[in-house]
Formats: sequence, structure tokens, C-alpha cells
Amino acid sequence: MVTKGKLEMEKMVVVEGSYAVAHAVKVCRPNVISAYPITPQTHIVEGLSQFIADGEIQNCEYINVESEFSALSALVGSSAVGARCYSATTSQGLELMHEVLFNVSGMRMPIVMTVVNRAVSAPINIWNDHQDAISQRDTGWIQLYAEDLQEAADMTAQAFKIAEDEEVLMPVMVCMDGFILSHVYEPVVLLEQELTDEYLPTYKPLNILDPKKPMSFGTLADPNYYTEFRYLQQKAMENALKKIEDAANEFYDMFGRYYGGLTDKYQTGDADIILVAMGSIVGTIKDTIDKLRQKGVKVGLLKVRSFRPFPAEAIKEAIKDAKVVAVLDKNISLGLNEGALFTEIKSCLYNTENRVPVVGYMIGHGGRDIRMSTIENIISEAQEVMESGIRKESQFTDVREEIL
Amino acid sequence: MVTMEDYPDIETEWCPGCGNFGILKAIRKALVSVGKAPHEVLIVSGIGQAGKLPHYMKCNTFNGLHGRTLPLATGSKAANHDLTVLTVGGDGDTYGEGGNHLIHAIRRNPNITAIVHDNQIYGLTKGQASPTSELGMKTKVQTHGVVNTPLSPLSLAVSLDCSFVARGYAGNIEHLAGILEEAIKHRGFALVDILQPCVTFNKLNTFKWYAERVYRLDEEGYVPDDRIKAFERSLEWGDRIPIGIFYKKEKPTFEDGFGTLGEGTLISRPKDQTLVEELIDSFM
Repeated sequence: MVTKGKLEMEKMVVVEGSYAVAHAVKVCRPNVISAYPITPQTHIVEGLSQFIADGEIQNCEYINVESEFSALSALVGSSAVGARCYSATTSQGLELMHEVLFNVSGMRMPIVMTVVNRAVSAPINIWNDHQDAISQRDTGWIQLYAEDLQEAADMTAQAFKIAEDEEVLMPVMVCMDGFILSHVYEPVVLLEQELTDEYLPTYKPLNILDPKKPMSFGTLADPNYYTEFRYLQQKAMENALKKIEDAANEFYDMFGRYYGGLTDKYQTGDADIILVAMGSIVGTIKDTIDKLRQKGVKVGLLKVRSFRPFPAEAIKEAIKDAKVVAVLDKNISLGLNEGALFTEIKSCLYNTENRVPVVGYMIGHGGRDIRMSTIENIISEAQEVMESGIRKESQFTDVREEIL
Repeated sequence: MVTMEDYPDIETEWCPGCGNFGILKAIRKALVSVGKAPHEVLIVSGIGQAGKLPHYMKCNTFNGLHGRTLPLATGSKAANHDLTVLTVGGDGDTYGEGGNHLIHAIRRNPNITAIVHDNQIYGLTKGQASPTSELGMKTKVQTHGVVNTPLSPLSLAVSLDCSFVARGYAGNIEHLAGILEEAIKHRGFALVDILQPCVTFNKLNTFKWYAERVYRLDEEGYVPDDRIKAFERSLEWGDRIPIGIFYKKEKPTFEDGFGTLGEGTLISRPKDQTLVEELIDSFM
């Protein structure tokens, strides 16, 4: 995080990650919240319920429902009549929403949802990885990944701003790692109401269901028209590339905190080895880099904040001078043996002059602890790749061979 | 002969004093009474505190997705109707997330016993209102109290002409075991809703609260053969809460609808594709 001037320590309070996010949602003044409790997301919606009970969110309804499918469906109805809408979920809840996710994005509803990333069943596992959100990659939702509590909170306000931009009008998932961010207590600056009001103006919906100006949502588009709907969604995603950068820059101007736009760089200037990752693992990687830099290892990090839209140009630029790139994914595309970020980074380099070797590591599945020693091993293997070429292109990390 | 030793105790992760212990005991007793050995039994669960029950049973078990116990159990029953199939789920699992499946399972009438741990609260996510939580109940999410009308599962089941409808109480294990025995023996879909005090998160519907209210239908000479009377009793909820078998009716099961199942289970048939190949060839 870059701060304008000194971080205002006197403004910092020690809160749980879920509270920081719930508070951020509160100051964004949503009109309708609907969610279904599921570990490890529950604290966010409990926090919001408390705010509503205490009268701290005016003009807002919390709709209790019987499933995640109903939660997001309820927001489709609310968004269609012009409400600013919020939900939060994780894992099985997000997977259950799959059909509705396409619906929301196809109807261009700027709904914001926190995804508290958790592994997917079976086997049942409540701990963190990114498989839940990555599996929703092609649903037409913007996907942003937060590194720490402060970023998860600040990203919430940015998400509404990006989603509601008339050149975008696409839903946004703010992804934060389950437990690692949602249940950790850390000092954060809670978003100030006045500043947030200035940063995020009242939502002015472009198209709503209104008896004075009747229109239809979600109607049939036959083969003569369907392609154009998809084309325009893709255009909106492309527009979002700039809007995500703008939202981060404006946030910096107003609140004095910056985490990068589409991506962020750490020690990449002279780096021979560049690691690429998303989410809370970024903190562990930065610490490892600090340690190895003292030993003279030229290693840096490219943090990807926006997975969708995919920031191909920003990534290509950031790794243009690297001698090896190692991508760390908390997910796997089964049958391909690659994490999604790794696949896409390789893909965006294919038709370029840059022939830098890229290797992939699938890591931290179902909450498997990721230690600095593991990151050091990855960096040391990357050094070998730099010297003698790729031996294993993509691999699982820390597999317990003894129990297989 | 099947004995209680066939269903040994296994360490659980429920809160001390949980109503689930009574239900677990009653299920074991009922299976012993009907003489079903562990290998003949399949218990299917979803997600929730009730969803953990199969982990504590020595028999065939399947832990599925939240709310999806009934379609899964129906599938298993269709492929191997020799299995005695039980499902366990909570009020959230069965009446909330899986509510739609319950309606259609009742319509299909597979020979399955659906056991519902109805504690009127979400236990696994630590205390939010469920579809059966009482009006006004305050939780961390329903901060002003529940405003949605509680579901009456028994009324729903009777109105759909469910072939076996009963309510037990986790605080009366002998009586509950008797109901479960009847439910397992019944040919068709049996819904057994069980009043299950949640000692940690539900401070309204406690053991004491139930003890003061529950009464046994059989002790009042009630005979569960009349749908209208069953519906009337199902609406009774207040100072007096009836437990026992509300309604019972013989009707064709899901399995009866497929004549081919009379020749044995699908999984035991020889896999002869000759006829299929002949059929395909006839179109070529």
C-alpha cells in the first residue's frame, strides 16, 4: 500500500476483516442487501444486519432468504428498479449462484458482491483457496482480489464506482481470502462517510423498471441479436480496464491510499525473477522478497488486482525485462494441470516477441498453509529455470507424497 | 441378529447437551428394531449440524451438498432399491435450501425416510433464523426479530398427501425410536420432523419449553388415517404441541412406477448392450 503522506495512525482501529468490509458497505449507502449465511462470510452479513438494526444505514432493506440462489435473484429484482445492491457469499454459495451470475451480468446490473474465497466441495472444506471465484471466470463479473483488510474495505467503494460507471455497468466481485482476511484483526482506517459520499455519488441508474417509462428486462434475444449482447459486455469489460485504474487513482487522491490499479508492482524494476499472484499470498511473497533481496537475489512481484477484465497489457509491460516468470495460483483447471492465472499469462505472451520462460505453481488448496520457505523454494527453482530452462512447466506445490 | 453393538458410539463434534444426541440414539435403536444391519443401510445428509450425523454412524453414508439430500437419496434408491435409505438434514437444509426438493420428493413417494432435525435455528453458521424460527425471534441477522411466517412442515406434508407424516421429540428417545421404526417400515416417503432443542443458539425453544408443551397423539386415542384431522393437528402449535404419527397412507411408491424394478435392482442386472446396439443400428 502506498500512502499520501503518513498513514493516519490516530484514525486506525483494530477490527476484524469482515467488520471492515461491512463498514465499507455501510458508507457506500446500499439500498438492498440480500445474503444467506455461509462460513466464512457470515460475519460480514451479521455486521451489516447490526448496522441496519442500529439505524446506521438509512433507506436500506436487508432481505433474508432461503438460499444464495434466492439472495442474488432478489437483488436482480431490486437492481432492476434502480436500487444499489450488495451481497456476500463464498464457495458453495457462489457456485449455487452460477446461473444468476450470468443473468446479472447479461442485464448489466452493477451489483457488488464480496466473495470470501473458500475451497469448493467435495471433499467439504471451509478453508481458503480461489477455486470458487475462478470457476465463475466467464460469467461476466469483474473480479478484483484484495491483499489485506484495508484493501478489501477500500476496494468495496472502488467496486461500486467501477460497476456503476455508465461505460461499464457490470457487476463486481470483491474477492478476499477466507479466514486469512475475513477473520483476522488488524489496524485499519474505516472509510469516512463524508469522503465516501464525495468519492461515490448517489447511484443514478440508466435503465430501470418504471411505470412512467415502461421497458423490459431479460427478454429473449434470438440469433439475430444475441451476439451483440455478448459483444457489448466484452466492450464494457474493456472499458472497465481504464475505469479500474481511474477508481484507484481517484481513491488515492481522496483517501490517500493506493494498492495499484489493475496490477501493482513490488521490486520489479531490476528483477530477473518475477512472481505473479493474487490475494493475501502477496504479503507472504513480499516478505520473502525482502529477505532474499538482502542476499542479492533480484526477485520482484507482480500483484494482479483485476483478474477480470484480464489486464494483458499491464502484465506484458510489467514482465518485459524479466528473465523468468513464476505464477502462483490458488486454483487448478483439472485436466489441464494449470492454474488459471498461469494459463492466461502464458497465453497473452504467445503472439509477442517476449519469449520469457513462464512456470506455474498451484498452491494453498483448501487452506494448506503457504510458508516463506515454500516461496523461497519456488524462487530457487525459478533461478534454475533461468539458468538451465524449464523442466516442469506447471506443478502442485507441497503435495504430501506420503499419504497418496 | 442386529444389536446396538452393530451401531457403536463414535466421538461427535456437537455441543454437550445437544438434541442431536437423542436423535442419533433413536435412529440406532430404530435400525436395530427393524433388524437392518449397517451394510443394508444408507444414510444421506446435506450440510449443517444434522449433516454431520452420518459421520457418527457405522453404515453406508453419503455427505452431499447443502439442501440436496432428497434428490441424491432418490437416485440411490432408484438404482438399488434393496437399500434402506434414510436422509438426515436440519430445518435449513430440508425446508430452506432444499425446500423445493421436499415438495417433489413427497409427490414421487420414494421409499425413503426423511429425518429432519428441526431446531428452528441455523446451528452450523452459529445462530441465524431458519424457515421454522418463530416470529419475533432475534438473532445476529434478524436483529429486529423474525418477520417471515414460520413454515409448518407437517401441514405442508399433509396437504401434499405425503404417505407418512410424523413428529418426534429429541427429549423422548423411546417414543422417537418407535416413530422412526414405523417410518422405516412404511412403504413410501416418510417425513419425520423432530423437535430438537439447540442448547447453544436457540434460547426460546429449549428442552424445558418443549417439555411443558409436547403431548403424545397416541395417548389421546388419535388414529392417523384421516387427512383432514391430520391437517387440523398439524396446525396445533402453542401451549400444546402434538408428537407422534399424524398421517399414514398406503399408495404406490416411486419404485412401483417402474415395472422393471420388480425384476431386481438396476445395479445387479447384467449389462447387455445387444438390444441397444440393435436399436441404434435400426436407425443407421
